[in-house]
Amino acid sequence: MPPLAQRNLFHDKVRLSVTLTGIVFSVVLIIVQLGLFLGFTTATSNLIDHSNADLWLTSQNVPYVEQGVAFSERKLYQVRAVPGVADAQKIITRFAQWKRHDGSQESIQVVGINVDDELERPWNLVEGRVEDLKSPDAVILDELYKQKLGVSHVGEVFEIGHYRARVVGFTRGIRSFTTSPYVFTSFKNAQDFTNLREDQTMFILVKLVPGADLQQVRGDILAHVKDVDVLTTAQFSRMTTFYWMFTTGAGVAVLIAAVLGLVVGFVVVAQTIYATTMDHIREYGTLKAMGAPNSYVYRVIMKQAAISAVIGYTLGMVVSILVVHGSEKGGAAILMPPSMAGGMFFLTLAMCVGAALVSINKVTRIDPAMVFKG
Amino acid sequence: MQPAIKVRDLTKKYDEGASGNLALRGIDLDVHSGELLLLMGPSGSGKTTLLSIMGCILTATSGSVRIAGTEVVGLNEKQLPALRLENIGFVFQGFNLFPTLTAAENVELMLDLKGISGSEAKRRAQELLDQVGLSEKYASFPADMSGGQKQRIAIARALAGDPQIILADEPTAALDSHTGKNVMEIMSRLARERGRAVVIVTHDSRVTGFADRIMRIEDGAIAPNEETTAVPPALPAPSLVRPELGLV
Repeated sequence: MPPLAQRNLFHDKVRLSVTLTGIVFSVVLIIVQLGLFLGFTTATSNLIDHSNADLWLTSQNVPYVEQGVAFSERKLYQVRAVPGVADAQKIITRFAQWKRHDGSQESIQVVGINVDDELERPWNLVEGRVEDLKSPDAVILDELYKQKLGVSHVGEVFEIGHYRARVVGFTRGIRSFTTSPYVFTSFKNAQDFTNLREDQTMFILVKLVPGADLQQVRGDILAHVKDVDVLTTAQFSRMTTFYWMFTTGAGVAVLIAAVLGLVVGFVVVAQTIYATTMDHIREYGTLKAMGAPNSYVYRVIMKQAAISAVIGYTLGMVVSILVVHGSEKGGAAILMPPSMAGGMFFLTLAMCVGAALVSINKVTRIDPAMVFKG
Repeated sequence: MQPAIKVRDLTKKYDEGASGNLALRGIDLDVHSGELLLLMGPSGSGKTTLLSIMGCILTATSGSVRIAGTEVVGLNEKQLPALRLENIGFVFQGFNLFPTLTAAENVELMLDLKGISGSEAKRRAQELLDQVGLSEKYASFPADMSGGQKQRIAIARALAGDPQIILADEPTAALDSHTGKNVMEIMSRLARERGRAVVIVTHDSRVTGFADRIMRIEDGAIAPNEETTAVPPALPAPSLVRPELGLV
């Protein structure tokens, strides 16, 4: 086919620019919003997803990890006695107050772990070692929150809930979904920082013997240990994510913005392709008069839509990559896995082709007799 | 031998119903291969409506229209384009070229509709443009050409499908007399030397000398005193066409 579609598209550079701007806007907005959504969902369940546990034991009716309720640590020994359990450890996650050197306070989430165990540990350390948490008063936090907490280097001493806290290391990329950064410390320190009694814990992490039946062990723990819920890691992760993303409405807001981006892109592309079609309506009438079937005319229009989609997607991805890269050091991560980038191509194509249907409808109704009107 | 176009008792009414506008009334008409027929008449007489129906672009209200032996009245919208593509080439008053395509690409577009593409389409397009005297204009765009050149591209495009019938609506209206004469010479050769049936709707009295027959239409009917002209004397080979190439 002679390059009618391409020539018509590139003939009016101003209109093409408008079309591409609309597509780029749409692509970037959708990527950013979906990327934020993904970043948020990752941040909400970070702690749970990075644990090496198979099961989480909580007080009854705990809806998400920030809403833990303290219970007796004696339940740890009951859990360890259940067949199929290879390891079980206590863990605390609880809010506390961090006192900066200037006297102001910031809310933090203290994460108290057994430093000798691997069921839950800080990850992506860029300074210090996890073993340094064995030192008295030792804490590790993420470099993202240095400014917020008034920290500049390892070794600085602060106060958490009237207790001394000494920074021994930094991680990279451990974001908290709430405004309260995670501060990792030993279990004992965490009890002090969060005013828990010595015989209390918030959660118990459980690792199964290889080959053990997950549901069987879960059922056995429930039968042996009273007044608790036992959730798989995936289950607790989902519950926590669902609460923050949908019960609070945060996730719905970003999804709505993503849909808005799609609608805007659709409208802009539909309008500009329609305008281009109307500019060339006589040519389409001539094509039909010459004997072209409707499908031939449709192909010309669809080709314009597809070319616009490819160019717009490419430009949009360049901008999106820059935005994603720029968000890495920010408070909210924008994630763009390859599957999202690939899926976005097909969404862009579908958006442009769908928008072209408005024009398709118009050319279907062309009366070829119009070509005889001077 | 049957006529290329055979019209019997053709009626066309716009806006069906008692108050409808009767554009054509009981038209009978034959057009033979090798003949150049002029349809003349005042504005609104029904010339273009008749041309459109013969071109399978408009449908008749009643009557019969046979194109290359096939009855077209009663065919549906999906069947008519194929018939046009197979049998009819159009030349329009406004040229109706595709402005974003070169001269050669305009002709290749018609060939593409016939299923001919690639190097074969390029070769044929260039041949056709040679035959209408546009050898140096393959890669030129219509905007860079005169009215006469544009009309010759349009003729080359109309011929690309190798149709038996050429229908032209006011092909010389936008041209000066000299250029119009050149275009008519091409149209005349199409009829006489290549056996095509050529029907031209025109107001232009300057072109009557090229016709084998002239029919006047008034108020949707053929005027009673049809004129028939003798075949004009052999035309000198004009500088713009190349009869030695065999087509035009």
